[in-house]
Amino acid sequence: MKKKVLVSLIAATAIFTTAIQSFATVIAEGSTTVLPFAQKAAESLMDSNPKIDISIRGGGSGVGINSLISKRCDIAMASRSIKESEKSDAKKNKVSPVVYVIAMDAISIIVHPKNKIDALTKEQIRDIFSGKITNWKELGGADKKIVIVSRDGASGTFETFNELALNGQKLSKNALMQTSNQAVSQIISSSEGAIGYVGLGYVSGRVKAVKVNNIAPSPETVLNKTYPFSRELYFYTDGAAKNEAKEYIDFVLSAAGQKIAASLGFVPVIVKK
Amino acid sequence: MKSKIFFAACSISAVIAFCSLAALMFFILKNGLSVISWEFITQVPRQGMTAGGIAPAIIGSFYLSVFTILFSLPLGLSCAIYLNEYSPKGYIADLIKMGINNLAGVPSVVFGLFGLAVFVKFFGFGISILSGSLTLSILVLPSIIASSQEALSAVPASLREASLALGAGTWQTIRKTVLPAALPGILTGIILSIGRAAGETAPIIFTAAVFYKRGYPTGIMSEVMALPYHIYALMSEGTDPEKQTAIAYGCALILLLLTALLTSLAVIIRNKNQNAIRN
Amino acid sequence: MNKEKAIKALLTGAAFAGFIFLIGIFITLFAGSWTAIKNINQMHFIFGLEWMPYYEPPEYGILSMFISSALIGFCSSLICIPLGLGTAIYMYEIAGRKQKKFLKPALEILAGIPSIIFGFFAMAVLGPFLQNLFDLPSGLCILTASIALGIMTVPLISSISEDALSVVPISFKEASFALGANRCQTLIRVVIPAAASGIITSIILAFGRIVGETMIVLMASGGAIAVPNSPFAPARPLTSTIAAEMGEAAYGSLHFSALFEIGLFLFALTFILNFAAEKVGKKYRLKLGQGR
Repeated sequence: MKKKVLVSLIAATAIFTTAIQSFATVIAEGSTTVLPFAQKAAESLMDSNPKIDISIRGGGSGVGINSLISKRCDIAMASRSIKESEKSDAKKNKVSPVVYVIAMDAISIIVHPKNKIDALTKEQIRDIFSGKITNWKELGGADKKIVIVSRDGASGTFETFNELALNGQKLSKNALMQTSNQAVSQIISSSEGAIGYVGLGYVSGRVKAVKVNNIAPSPETVLNKTYPFSRELYFYTDGAAKNEAKEYIDFVLSAAGQKIAASLGFVPVIVKK
Repeated sequence: MKSKIFFAACSISAVIAFCSLAALMFFILKNGLSVISWEFITQVPRQGMTAGGIAPAIIGSFYLSVFTILFSLPLGLSCAIYLNEYSPKGYIADLIKMGINNLAGVPSVVFGLFGLAVFVKFFGFGISILSGSLTLSILVLPSIIASSQEALSAVPASLREASLALGAGTWQTIRKTVLPAALPGILTGIILSIGRAAGETAPIIFTAAVFYKRGYPTGIMSEVMALPYHIYALMSEGTDPEKQTAIAYGCALILLLLTALLTSLAVIIRNKNQNAIRN
Repeated sequence: MNKEKAIKALLTGAAFAGFIFLIGIFITLFAGSWTAIKNINQMHFIFGLEWMPYYEPPEYGILSMFISSALIGFCSSLICIPLGLGTAIYMYEIAGRKQKKFLKPALEILAGIPSIIFGFFAMAVLGPFLQNLFDLPSGLCILTASIALGIMTVPLISSISEDALSVVPISFKEASFALGANRCQTLIRVVIPAAASGIITSIILAFGRIVGETMIVLMASGGAIAVPNSPFAPARPLTSTIAAEMGEAAYGSLHFSALFEIGLFLFALTFILNFAAEKVGKKYRLKLGQGR
């Protein structure tokens, strides 16, 4: 009886698994910053071409590149460029990473709309987030304690902020660590002394983005690289992308794909021919 | 007077306990019901996970649970049979029981680490249904063993003695007499384990689950979306938390209903079986 | 006869599976931690307050996570022990047979709710509610996670404790009543002490479950690395650090290895708790004359 059940169960699953038509699967893995863009682009592409199957995994830039090197994914999503050590690892495994710049990302420093401060220098921002400046009056603002809101240490946004803004200084341990951009802006909109950072696309009317070194964050200042807190986002493939992976990357870099990037708050890159 | 206060305190804590659990169910039901529809269960996620359904996650969880049971049942049942029929006492049995009890207490995230190091990397199964369900099968092993053993020990000794008296061997007796009698109890364990496997998140984050995938799994080496991980992903990634939270409510409700249904089924089977044995 | 022997051998082999997996897990964790054990000063690892794997040079100290885990365990216990025991006593002594027939399976079904649902509830409902109630900068803090964990473990404590209470021989009670004790006195002086080790076992198991739980703390505890100084502070316990950072750490790196070492610590911690629970549990069976 039990055996029969077991055998039929195995048979059923076997049929189930083989009966399903096999798709050409593209696996993209890596940076959580790129994740929403990659996902939405994959969705659009699969809508127009149902033969393609794209799986998207998070993890982080390092994990994505590592997977590419050990040939466990087709596309590594990254919010930083490949390190020298990773390049030599790739060479050892006969993987030759090819880079695609898929969008630009900028980090906006945001404060409560009632905060009088409109502009900060890079040094001031570093001192605030590392806990050296603890009151807004030190910067000419109201006598209010500064509440630092940060993204979780595991997020790509944190990684970028850490690299671009903190310059090796450590984030104050009293920082509130939030798991999403939305949570950061929510806290800042409800607390007058708060300061935090989010991706450019997440700046809403409820918070105020400050100028950095007197340059306001905008798609223009990001593209001409005058805004200090911005970076490129990448796809890496093993050799030039082929077949379905190529189709996917082509779509990401197409006008339609870049429109998706813009809708998610990234800055579209000018499509290079 | 004192005793009245004591009993009142106990009643109040029971009321608080059940009410808070009821509140949890209420919020998930209230917000989840408005999201759930036939489309929600059968469609793929759309518009950057802010619309559409959760079909790939449901299918992924189904696969993970089925394979988990396929892997853990033979092992768990054998272990239970050994402990109950062959060597219920002694040094070896103690060692085995110690192993099982401690395995049951290992945090689920540690199983995730184990699965990552052993199945994903060492055996090279990658992020796949295989890695995920092997990891989960170790996690549910203790509960399969415990429930099977309970079922076996509930089989009256007279049945075994009758079979043995007729000249049947130990294994023959187990297969023809003891196992059929214990089947409902074993089934209870299986059902409970399916629920457990479907609801676990931490072990599959590194071993099986992906953020987004539309196609159905093409085999045991495919990576999948899974219900519990999908809830987590919706709450922690993406760009539109408000819409994503709504979908997460739907997901949570489906998972809640699924596990509640499975547990109820297990409880019903067990109660029927207990009554049958008593009579 | 040979077939019988072969089957016995096969079953014996399978029976050791649990034990083998346990050892396998330990070996895997240890092997995974080896790089960290070799390269990180272990005193710093255990007693260091700084956990900064993203900085150059990185710092790996788990004490603040350990404190967070302990604090969350403590706060959750304050919730689940009274509620769990109260519920157990209610079901044992106060609830009628009919009520009990309904409550016991209800408790089992509640015990089967996956932890991710509690985590989700804490994040989506409880967190915002507490934030408004106490005017907190963020609703994701120790309190939120502890409430979710506390509620989650109530069914575990109450069902094991109720079992422990109901196997106390009825003769114990009768003897107490015969001596003129009332219901409450009998319960507190006779039944509960007789069931004490079963009850303690349930509490230890629940505590192990709380310390080992990952998703709830990952979603609801806020994730700050600082040592928490109040129940309203955000915290990051051991388990959620592994889950949050494992995806970011490159395979084979020092960070990766350090996360395995956290896993090793967790493993050791739950092993000790389980061992304690088992010892206490055995004593309790002996006490009731059911030990072997």
